[in-house]
Amino acid sequence: MTVAAQVKQTLASLKGTQATLEVFHRIEQDEANIKLLQNNSQRIHEIIERLENRVKILEFEEPQYKGL
Amino acid sequence: MPDWLIIGLRSLGIFALTLLVVRIMGKRQTSHLTFFDRITAIVIGVLAAATSLNLTNGLINGLAALAVWILLPIFLFWLALKYKTVRDILLGKETILINHGKVLEDKLKEVRFTPEDLLSHLRRNNAFKVADVEFAMLEPSGDVSVLLKKGNQPVTASTIGLQVNHESVPQTVMLDGVVMDEPLTAMGLNRNWLHTELEKAGVAPENVFIAQVDSLGQLYLDLFDDAAQVPQPKTKDLVYATLKKCQADCELYALGTKAASAKKNYSQCAAELDQIISELKPLLKR
Repeated sequence: MTVAAQVKQTLASLKGTQATLEVFHRIEQDEANIKLLQNNSQRIHEIIERLENRVKILEFEEPQYKGL
Repeated sequence: MPDWLIIGLRSLGIFALTLLVVRIMGKRQTSHLTFFDRITAIVIGVLAAATSLNLTNGLINGLAALAVWILLPIFLFWLALKYKTVRDILLGKETILINHGKVLEDKLKEVRFTPEDLLSHLRRNNAFKVADVEFAMLEPSGDVSVLLKKGNQPVTASTIGLQVNHESVPQTVMLDGVVMDEPLTAMGLNRNWLHTELEKAGVAPENVFIAQVDSLGQLYLDLFDDAAQVPQPKTKDLVYATLKKCQADCELYALGTKAASAKKNYSQCAAELDQIISELKPLLKR
């Protein structure tokens, strides 16, 4: 497995987690918890963006592995 | 009219009357009875029985006595609610039996408690060693309340400095296979959601005895069919585990890469995820 593929896997996990937190955020009724979930889901989103940029660089550096 | 019919009818009437009156007299009667409450209850019972069997020379006599025994306590309790002194006389005062870990012998004598009584009451409160007790009080109802010494109290989240999440009551959304719409809407959910969740768990709605939803929308089920295994909701644990895995991944990439900027990027991500994990831990794990 190439590094790009590994990072993509992590990325997918993070996206899944973020989605679950979003679901929790919709159902939760307590103000403080809603805020907590919202903040952290936003932070995970930022991490996802960073890793996505990194994947772009990796794929540019090793185009032979692109899509793997 | 035959005698038995008169007595039967009278009993019926008095039964209804006492039932009504006991409801009016309030709940505190049943929750914790003081000695006075008990006497009132017994007298009302005896009067009701005597009146219905016509031992009181006529219905009116019995009803009069009953009225006094019903109205007077109501009036006295109303007074008690207003004035502290009446309250102390009527309901009795609590007595301190153990203070600062020392048994107060004269107080014991005052309330006619033998040392055995005290020990037995303490044991009923799970205090087998007198040395563990900081404070014990005899309530007017005859129960003994016990405060253990700080070191012997059960551990709570706050004593070990654990941050816990505020969790509201779980809503019961299904009972006996019937969907309860009101709690569902209170959670902002609907029947469609419930049916999807039941399908996910692989359970037919008719088979559900109790279903509860916690504040994060996790469904906990109990089935009629006790042989069937219900999958417990794992989403929260899963989210926590996935976050931890991603954090470890980021650290691994940071170690693996040779590009300085990428290394920095990865370690920042790892640090950020670490923070997120510690913030979400109370919500996801506790």
